[in-house]
Amino acid sequence: MKWETVIGLEVHTQLATQSKIFSGSSTAFGAAPNTQASAVDIALPGVLPVLNRGAVECAIKFGLAVGATLNRVNMFDRKNYFYPDLPKGYQISQLAKPIVEHGALKIMADGEEKTIRITRAHMEEDAGKSLHEDFHGMTGIDLNRAGTPLLEIVSEPDLRSSAEAVAYAKALHTLVTWIGICDGNMQEGSFRVDANVSVRPVGQAEFGTRREIKNLNSFRFLQQAIDYEAHWQIETLEDGGRIEQATVLFDPDTGETRMMRSKEDAHDYRYFPDPDLLPVKLDDAWIDRVRGALPELPAAMQARFVEQYGVTAYDAGILTGSRALADYFEAAAQVCGQGKLAANWVMGELSAALNKAELDIAASPVSAARLGALIGRIQDGTLSGKLAKQVFEGLWAGAGEVDAIIEARGLKQMSDSGELEKIVDDVLAANQKSVEEFRAGKDKAFNALVGQVMKASKGKANPTQVNELLKARLG
Amino acid sequence: MSHADASLAALAAQLAGKAVSSRELTQHFLDRIAALNPTINAFVTVDAEKSLAEAADADALIASGQAGPLAGVPVAHKDIFCTDGWRTTCGSKMLADFVAPYDAHVIRRFKAAGLPSLGKTNMDEFAMGSSNETSYFGPVKNPWDTTRVPGGSSGGAAACIAARMAPAATGTDTGGSIRQPAAFAGVTGLKPTYGLVSRYGMIAFASSLDQAGPMAKSAEDCALLLNVMTGFDPNDSTSLERDKEDYARDLDRPLSGLRVGLPKEFFAEGLNAEVAAAVEAAVAELKKLGATTVEVSLANAGLAIPVYYVLAPAEASSNLSRFDGVRYGYRAPDYADLNDMYAKTRAQGFGAEVKRRILIGAYVLSHGYYDAYYLQAQKIRRLIAHDFAEAFKVCDVILGPTAPGTAFRLGEKSDDPVEMYLNDLYTIPANLAGLPGMSLPCGFDAQHLPIGLQLVGDYFSEAKMLNVAHQYQRVTDWHARRPEGLQ
Repeated sequence: MKWETVIGLEVHTQLATQSKIFSGSSTAFGAAPNTQASAVDIALPGVLPVLNRGAVECAIKFGLAVGATLNRVNMFDRKNYFYPDLPKGYQISQLAKPIVEHGALKIMADGEEKTIRITRAHMEEDAGKSLHEDFHGMTGIDLNRAGTPLLEIVSEPDLRSSAEAVAYAKALHTLVTWIGICDGNMQEGSFRVDANVSVRPVGQAEFGTRREIKNLNSFRFLQQAIDYEAHWQIETLEDGGRIEQATVLFDPDTGETRMMRSKEDAHDYRYFPDPDLLPVKLDDAWIDRVRGALPELPAAMQARFVEQYGVTAYDAGILTGSRALADYFEAAAQVCGQGKLAANWVMGELSAALNKAELDIAASPVSAARLGALIGRIQDGTLSGKLAKQVFEGLWAGAGEVDAIIEARGLKQMSDSGELEKIVDDVLAANQKSVEEFRAGKDKAFNALVGQVMKASKGKANPTQVNELLKARLG
Repeated sequence: MSHADASLAALAAQLAGKAVSSRELTQHFLDRIAALNPTINAFVTVDAEKSLAEAADADALIASGQAGPLAGVPVAHKDIFCTDGWRTTCGSKMLADFVAPYDAHVIRRFKAAGLPSLGKTNMDEFAMGSSNETSYFGPVKNPWDTTRVPGGSSGGAAACIAARMAPAATGTDTGGSIRQPAAFAGVTGLKPTYGLVSRYGMIAFASSLDQAGPMAKSAEDCALLLNVMTGFDPNDSTSLERDKEDYARDLDRPLSGLRVGLPKEFFAEGLNAEVAAAVEAAVAELKKLGATTVEVSLANAGLAIPVYYVLAPAEASSNLSRFDGVRYGYRAPDYADLNDMYAKTRAQGFGAEVKRRILIGAYVLSHGYYDAYYLQAQKIRRLIAHDFAEAFKVCDVILGPTAPGTAFRLGEKSDDPVEMYLNDLYTIPANLAGLPGMSLPCGFDAQHLPIGLQLVGDYFSEAKMLNVAHQYQRVTDWHARRPEGLQ
């Protein structure tokens, strides 16, 4: 039987606000345990939540960026359960009336564009952390993270493979960092993914029973977990078993998913509207102000790059993989006026060097302005591609401006034809054997002569010019 | 007149005129507390040193000439308000040793105005009760008859005023917790419009209903206290941003033309005949002052108790989840694992009434029951508010009894929760609608127990209600009487 995998993702993005969603405490990562936990965060008796409008603004931005409906009146609910790192005994979240509904995000899957529907996105507070290590037989509680604002983004079950799920997660990651609502740091938990996975025979309309894989914090784990889970479900069904609805965890060490709790153990969260918070009202003025401050979005910029710089859609897709990369490319392209060449350099030499050094584009030792200047020198014939790579190495090493490096290292392409003619004549005189072979019809001999000329010029000769001169002399 | 019987205005005048210092005044009431509290049990925490230090600060404030109108007048605070450095128990074993590291907004306002604290008053556990018998610290005794309850949950506050252990006190009212004890103890108390007084630092029972208010010997005193207590607080999202008003501004206004609405449902079956007679006599008094009466109907008021006992426990079940033994408060000494720690801590830390309400609340919010109970109750809550809105089209203030009877005996109703809940029959509708309500003394029954008269006003009509009450108190002396045998 042929099987189809059906996946929907729930992504928790930590919103990049300075302070928490319901208190004035800092959200900075890495502080000593419980030093960023105020009376409100640790839920002392009598304290009350006050909504951080910055978090609402992040949610509005996201809603606008995915073309969603913004609920003009949305509400906070309490999700009740006991856990030591949940200080109030309930999490403030949005159930019945989330701020964002009915959005969509386009992804590239197998070279085809596909639209993934976003069911909803809602604001909520994060819990603290339970620290099970270092406390022999006990558990430590760090409430620094308690109250950190999250936007939970829930997709429809529109994804059909782990590759699509990863493409969607990456597109979402690009978008939330692009519009500046999330720092995207997956190691620190700023972007966490839950995957709902089910399988069904190809052609069957109804969905299979799903299991939810919790808390995947890398794209690689997302892929591995879905692949394992789908495979496990298919095997189970083919062996005559049944899938029970459950929540599972992915173990990166074994590459397997294992049961965390079954549907029977599922909590009854006893949701009800939080009486401490008023409904959140969004007016047009607020939404318009946020819209006005939104940057050009990845999809729009991708289309513009194709149009304006003549790069392929595929390249434009890569160049808009992050806002920093896109901004870098555009700055370099503006300086040299050569979009395609700039794209090649950014995705080629520069990306390779950054990967090797494990650096982010934002930390590139070669600025966009200098790379643009370098490309300009190729375009005006000052540098050959080969020389340009040498100049690039100089730029990477911090040797200064492009022209200064060319000057200091004598890398300028030979433009004096008299000097080149002399070299050609010398080479011909010294390589009579090759000349004779060429005349005898061996084309290879010509290439050998070109190589000799380039070598004699220390690589500074313009290859086109060399070709022309040799042909004229041997003509 | 002694300090104990003096009005707040009189005390303030003596303080301002340096006839008495705040320290002397505070010491006077501390002495009365020391003498009477063993009998009445109105205070859970007294700390003379702290009170006198606050009084010394008040004296300095008065000397500086920067003092507000009530500076130096000592008051008692219900033990539901968090107080920096003073224990805050909320009447529970769960918080028996809890000292908050911060002051509630209301406490901050009193401190800023220079009113020293006389201590923390006893109350029903987590404000759940109508008799003060659910307190972990033992019941408060009614100063008019120490075999009887003072009402609840602000029973300590009402009793300490009646026994002249404090000139005034703060209270909170979720379903009648200011008004019913005020009625039982023969004092005046006001629950303001929801949102007028910040709830920050006031330990939550039912967030959508809880409201703090003043309790004192007279409407005039309540007006002056309300001036201190109200004001926008950015730390409470349900706090209302309004221009500051003087609640004493209309006290002396004549009542001619006042339209008093009498809800027929408040004079129906279940009302004690002596209470009915006293309330009717009060109506006659108001008519003499120029008021007219009109019958109004609060058709859904009869549903107020069932609605309240869905909504208040629902909110309470969630509000009280934070008392889990993890970060502060009581933790069971022995437990096997995390769930056992939760179970034992909460089983041992909460009293029976609190546990009953948590169970009710968790039940009505649970999957499959939410629509039938919680949502349905919310709908009826809106109908009750609508009834009031209709009534206020034809009257300025609604009048009736505060409670169906007078103070009952200790233990008399503590085994029958439903009988106990019926005590709040007349007070709960105002909480459900968010309207201001007040209780003032209007007579005594045959056993010489005080009877309370309730006024319910439209939103933000506190000044008018206080005006009506003050005018009534000018021509009557029920509010000025004090229990005998407590010297």
